[in-house]
Amino acid sequence: MKKLLLGNEAVARGAWEAGVNVVSSYPGTPSTEITENIAKYDEVFCEWAPNEKVATEVAIGAAVAGARSMCCMKHVGVNVAADPLFTVAYTGVNGGFVLVVADDPGMHSSQNEQDSRFYALSAHVPMLEPSDAQECLDFTKKAFEISENFDTPVILRLTTRVAHARSLAELSERIAYEKKPYKKDTMKYVMMPGMAKKRHVFVDERTVKLKEFSEDASGGLNVVEYNDKKLGIITSGISYQYTKEVFPEASVLKLGMVYPLPDKLIQEFAQNVDELLVIEELEPFIENHVRQMGIKVEGKKYFTNQGELNTTIIRKAYKGEKLESATAAEAVETPARPPVLCPGCPHRGVFYVLSNMKVRVSGDIGCYTLGAMKPYEAVDTCVCMGASVSMAHGMDKADAQFGEKMPTVAVIGDSTFMHSGITGLIDIVYNKGTSTVIILDNSITGMTGHQQNPTTGRTIKMEEAPAVNLVKLAEAVGVKRVRVEDPFDMKKFKAAVKEEIEAQEPSVIIAQRPCALLKNVKYGAPVKIDTEKCKKCGACMKLGCPAIYNDNGVYKIDESICLGCKLCEQMCAFGAIGKEE
Amino acid sequence: MKNLDCLNVLIVGVGGQGTLLASKFLGAAAALSGKDVKVSEVHGMSQRGGSVITCVKIGEKIASPIIDEGEADMILAFEQLEAIRWLPYLKKGGTIITNIQKINPMPVVSGAAKYPENIIDVLKKSDIELVTLDALGLAAECGSTKAVNVVLLGVLASRLSEVPASIWEESLKSVVPAKMYDINEKAFQKGVHSYEC
Repeated sequence: MKKLLLGNEAVARGAWEAGVNVVSSYPGTPSTEITENIAKYDEVFCEWAPNEKVATEVAIGAAVAGARSMCCMKHVGVNVAADPLFTVAYTGVNGGFVLVVADDPGMHSSQNEQDSRFYALSAHVPMLEPSDAQECLDFTKKAFEISENFDTPVILRLTTRVAHARSLAELSERIAYEKKPYKKDTMKYVMMPGMAKKRHVFVDERTVKLKEFSEDASGGLNVVEYNDKKLGIITSGISYQYTKEVFPEASVLKLGMVYPLPDKLIQEFAQNVDELLVIEELEPFIENHVRQMGIKVEGKKYFTNQGELNTTIIRKAYKGEKLESATAAEAVETPARPPVLCPGCPHRGVFYVLSNMKVRVSGDIGCYTLGAMKPYEAVDTCVCMGASVSMAHGMDKADAQFGEKMPTVAVIGDSTFMHSGITGLIDIVYNKGTSTVIILDNSITGMTGHQQNPTTGRTIKMEEAPAVNLVKLAEAVGVKRVRVEDPFDMKKFKAAVKEEIEAQEPSVIIAQRPCALLKNVKYGAPVKIDTEKCKKCGACMKLGCPAIYNDNGVYKIDESICLGCKLCEQMCAFGAIGKEE
Repeated sequence: MKNLDCLNVLIVGVGGQGTLLASKFLGAAAALSGKDVKVSEVHGMSQRGGSVITCVKIGEKIASPIIDEGEADMILAFEQLEAIRWLPYLKKGGTIITNIQKINPMPVVSGAAKYPENIIDVLKKSDIELVTLDALGLAAECGSTKAVNVVLLGVLASRLSEVPASIWEESLKSVVPAKMYDINEKAFQKGVHSYEC
């Protein structure tokens, strides 16, 4: 029976059908739902790891022990996992090991749009790229087979539009996977120079064998669809789907395996068509390879390497055509609708205070990156997971070198602090820094849609688990000034930030209040503005709460979205805001 | 009336309004009708009160899951401003079903921009077929303002006569929790019949 599955659900189903035993991941859009769906299968051990490096190592350990294992992450997560990835490419596996990466062209929810295919190339690890849910399911199963048959990790690469699109997929039953016997093998698993030199030879020989495998179209990964031979298009993943829409008449070489590439298949296809085009998102990965083979080909001459492709872009760039659209009878100015901090968000108080204090804020990755937006414009930097802490230290040390001191704080969420903030904090203490780190502890991983983490006291399967005590952790690494504050008590919070910035030693403020979207968070009735008391000063608007608005000069609260958190009460000097008793 | 041989529906709204459930509901109905179907969703950052779109494409064989400019047969809009924002994605002469609800985006809330007052008038004068309704009011009548999505899908269902009531029923059951089914079923029927009157 066919079922409508999200690409990510289909990867989870494929792994389950392949008999996967151990899955360890760190959440990240657009990969999160893979692991969330695997967690629903009782037969699989599944966990959220503190970061992608740990997740990858857990999966490697499980594979070496003889199980089938998997880890899932977004594209930037592979940067964190790159260390184990490049060496597991040498050791190979015992049970099958698949690393799933979801790239985010167009940066729907990311800080860059790096192209993960280069990881496959530089680590010499085979990479498969599905183009719909059925292939997500099938290729995941195939990836486990390739992993075991060739003694290699396999990367399965998705992009947002494959990960987050639903299409029909045929389901089958789970295989009974038999654990491979564990055998101690230092030449294979202990990567000291003497052994690693030998394994590098193995890696290169393996790549040759994988290339031969990729030439065989019967494997179902690389498929040639001959049609009109005037135009031949080489493509893969979601770009294949766009190609079929815009060029239904063209011949297509669809690559399901993007590393290593099938040279003979490409050569033959090129010879059989008059004009050869590569349609791929992001970097000219396939195009450059084909050109290096000495084949005349075009691609990025027409199609940008920035953002996503779509049928409009492809049609316009190559054919110079545009579909006819409905048009408005007259032009209407449509204001943008950027994402905002939710009503009742515990971060709102923090960013109002920081903006008000005009301190430099070293930011991080999470919902709270929105503190960079109007009306707060509080956040100065955002680079990668954990960078807030170490960058604040770098800023403070740079200033000190010139005899200056700009008031600076780092802000980082609880899950991000577990991911890679703690190492930066150790650096601050160890190297006699004086930085102030504010941990925004909202008791959940917020932006990716409420995943548990080591501080929440629950596992991915909602079993009780020991919760990391952030106060004790900070103290244990040597921070003497650790305090817990409520970000909704803005006066007290501001005083705390001022005191800690002035202190000539490292400090940690834990801003503790749960995410407003958590089910157990209830503030009661919505707040109202008493129009008789209101002096129309507009101070309440500075909080940037979507529930407070200006209705032709009258300030009002939208009761349908107000959570009743009462933060705005503190903004009103005239006592006009409050709840009806 | 539209048919399922080739139907592109763009569902647009504001993060948190339930567009994702509406697209799953329609997608399930198409699958149960024996059609090929693809649904594209948006997750993550843009869900935080931002402008969100989901695409539902139904037909004999669907390639791209995305509906692009000039490709939508129908736009199901959960909010006025979003209805006009995504108008270029509609085919010439296509249909817009829009909730008349207004949700101010942050630039309007903060006073940096104005919410356009004449959206419905402009849409009425444009080269499209327009259906407007107070889906929020109808959902509230059924007992939950959250059922806006199901009301709107009811309106869409009234234009797809080839899909029998039993399929809509089964699809709705597959996407809403059992204890919320009765309210949602009521909301769906409101939508179906709002179009008749």
